[in-house]
Amino acid sequence: MKATLHRREVVKALLKNRKNLLVVAGLGSTSWDITAAGDSSLSFPSWGAMGQAAMTGLGLALAQPQRRVLVITGDGEMLMGMGALATIGVQQPPNLVVVVIDNERYGETGMQATHTAYGVDLAAVARACKFKEAKEIRTADEVERLCERVHSASGPLFADVKVIDEKLTLVLPPNDGVLLKERFRRALLGPSADVLPEER
Amino acid sequence: MQPKHDWPGEVYRELVAANVRLVGYVPDAGQKRLIELCQADKTMRAVSLTTEEEGIGLAAGAWLGGLRSVLLMQSSGVGNIINVLGMIKVCRLPLFILVTMRGEKGEFNPWQVPMGEATARVLETMGVAVRQAGEAGTVAAHVRAALRIAFQAQGAEAVLVAQKVIGIKSFQEQANQ
Repeated sequence: MKATLHRREVVKALLKNRKNLLVVAGLGSTSWDITAAGDSSLSFPSWGAMGQAAMTGLGLALAQPQRRVLVITGDGEMLMGMGALATIGVQQPPNLVVVVIDNERYGETGMQATHTAYGVDLAAVARACKFKEAKEIRTADEVERLCERVHSASGPLFADVKVIDEKLTLVLPPNDGVLLKERFRRALLGPSADVLPEER
Repeated sequence: MQPKHDWPGEVYRELVAANVRLVGYVPDAGQKRLIELCQADKTMRAVSLTTEEEGIGLAAGAWLGGLRSVLLMQSSGVGNIINVLGMIKVCRLPLFILVTMRGEKGEFNPWQVPMGEATARVLETMGVAVRQAGEAGTVAAHVRAALRIAFQAQGAEAVLVAQKVIGIKSFQEQANQ
């Protein structure tokens, strides 16, 4: 079944009314996707550490149980850290959503096929790892429902969104890791984000 | 088996004093008691990982969310985190790892030796400061100093606990933990 969804439209829809969402994006195209939808201090786009987007989301979800945390990553990135789905399944964070933008390709390295192109089913893996909900998504209607579930579902929630394997213009977020970290913490934590001397 | 000198209890008290609330771990026999102390503490969350690499993402996310975390692993696990330590360095994220050593004098499994021999160099090469705790009585002091640098200076720190401190001499002894 050929994918019909455009990745930038899917991500734009997910972030259109983001309310208090905290967003982590995986290395590569999904970092460009969230930036194309509008850069935000409360987004953390990865430029490296391939395989760690979902775990970064878990750390954030455990640190901020009152906030919703959305991880948006690619199929190649998720495959590299698939054990994270098992770890998240054990922890059962109710505020964590992992969305894989699945074009069945390594988009940054020449569009080579990933395992999902051969039928490896990430949503089934997430279900087997005890995610509360885990679906494959192929239509705009399903994306619309997902946008609601991102804010309301008791997680962990997983979605594998099948998208067209298109090459798009790069829309780059800042790549200074210290800047990305500090702006995120300041926007989230206010003055307490700044590390000050303490006596101990 | 409780060690003669209760360094795990001392380390646990240092973690509490430093306000650590999240502990990622891949188990090591030498850290059994410390893991159990963390699991029993209702103010801490102990997260079992499928690979040590996951602990780096966990620590990064926790710090973004304002929570202090540490990682516990054995020396072989250090080999599993090399690439993702790049994120710690480039974002200057605080990191504290307690590593129990294998592959040192008295090792009973030769397959543990190569990574054990390379552990300190690998960490230092990737920008993690290494503190070697060669005696049970020095572990807590190293941990206290490393925690302070990690969370006060957003430093990357590892404390390596020597295999002789753990004192496990055979597979059977390890299985009996």
